[in-house]
Amino acid sequence: MDVTLKIRRYNPEVSEDVRWEEHTVSMQPTDKVLDALHKVKWEIDGSLTFRRSCAHGVCGSDAMRINGRNRLACKTLVKDVNPDQPVSIEPIKGLPVLKDLVVDMEPFFDAYRSMLPFLVTTGNEPTRERLQSQQDRDRFDDTTKCILCAACTTSCPVYWTDGQYFGPQAIVGAHRFIFDSRDEGTDQRLEILNDKEGVWRCRTTFNCTEACPRGIEVTKAIQEVKRALIFRR
Amino acid sequence: MATPQVLAPRTPRKARSNFEQNSWLFMRFSGVLLVVLVLGHLFINLMRGEGIHAIDFAFVAGKWTNPFWQTWDLMMLWLAELHGVNGLRTIINDYAERDTTRFWLKSLLYLSAVFVLVLGTLVIFTFDPCLDPASTLDVCQK
Repeated sequence: MDVTLKIRRYNPEVSEDVRWEEHTVSMQPTDKVLDALHKVKWEIDGSLTFRRSCAHGVCGSDAMRINGRNRLACKTLVKDVNPDQPVSIEPIKGLPVLKDLVVDMEPFFDAYRSMLPFLVTTGNEPTRERLQSQQDRDRFDDTTKCILCAACTTSCPVYWTDGQYFGPQAIVGAHRFIFDSRDEGTDQRLEILNDKEGVWRCRTTFNCTEACPRGIEVTKAIQEVKRALIFRR
Repeated sequence: MATPQVLAPRTPRKARSNFEQNSWLFMRFSGVLLVVLVLGHLFINLMRGEGIHAIDFAFVAGKWTNPFWQTWDLMMLWLAELHGVNGLRTIINDYAERDTTRFWLKSLLYLSAVFVLVLGTLVIFTFDPCLDPASTLDVCQK
């Protein structure tokens, strides 16, 4: 079948103008949108720029806006994006576009880093593993699935207008440790998220939950952090 | 000798502010209270007895001679105003992109809130249906 991709192109080295380019490629319905992009890049226009690494939905490099929704190009099949019409492909919103589909991820990673996304403990290191019951492990299982693709954060309308907001992904990253029984940095993280630009900025729009390619219940995680702020401190 | 343990965090913390948390909680609690207050208000004024035809200066004045209704209306005024202002505040925070726009919109908002609250409170406690000496209302014919 023939699929038309309508791709948003931007190259500041040539022009500050944004243009939409259409390419028609022949694909199988079960091919991925990423395959179609590859076909364009490898066979039609080598200057098309996008990120991808594993191409199998694990690394989280190729989040983009496909037909107006944030998805991983490598997890989206051509037949699922209404291929009878031109399929629009844009970079994710809310982060500075560097070129074509590539955005500057630094503000996103900065927000994640400020959550202390590592195990915080006090006292001497134990001589063996820090054991945890299956039940305690299950408590934060959902938020361990995050691959930092930024699909959630860049689908959040609050993040679009307020670059200071930590965004859903950072809260998911914090949630993963806040509810980890082995971690002792909960108070610090809750303190950071109690900030003016923390969890209270969330309007429960649920865009993040819909966008997450890993099926993480992002909005629920944010609400759980709010609850922890109210009842745990 | 054992290595001395330094407890985290080592950087001085800035003064803790729970303002956003409190305003979030306020929205929930005032919302629940307002459902009762507003529906009760509508029922008493519009449905009970003669309903809407009973409402005039005298009806309002009669209600406000009773401290119960004074308190009811005062709570409704303050909760509704603050609930609405807080909602608008978050909307301005969400959508005003420039700091100066945000500052002026919020200043305007807070000013209007103070005006409504002061005026409303004043009226609830000082309402006099017979302020006009030529009033023809029954309550003023003495």
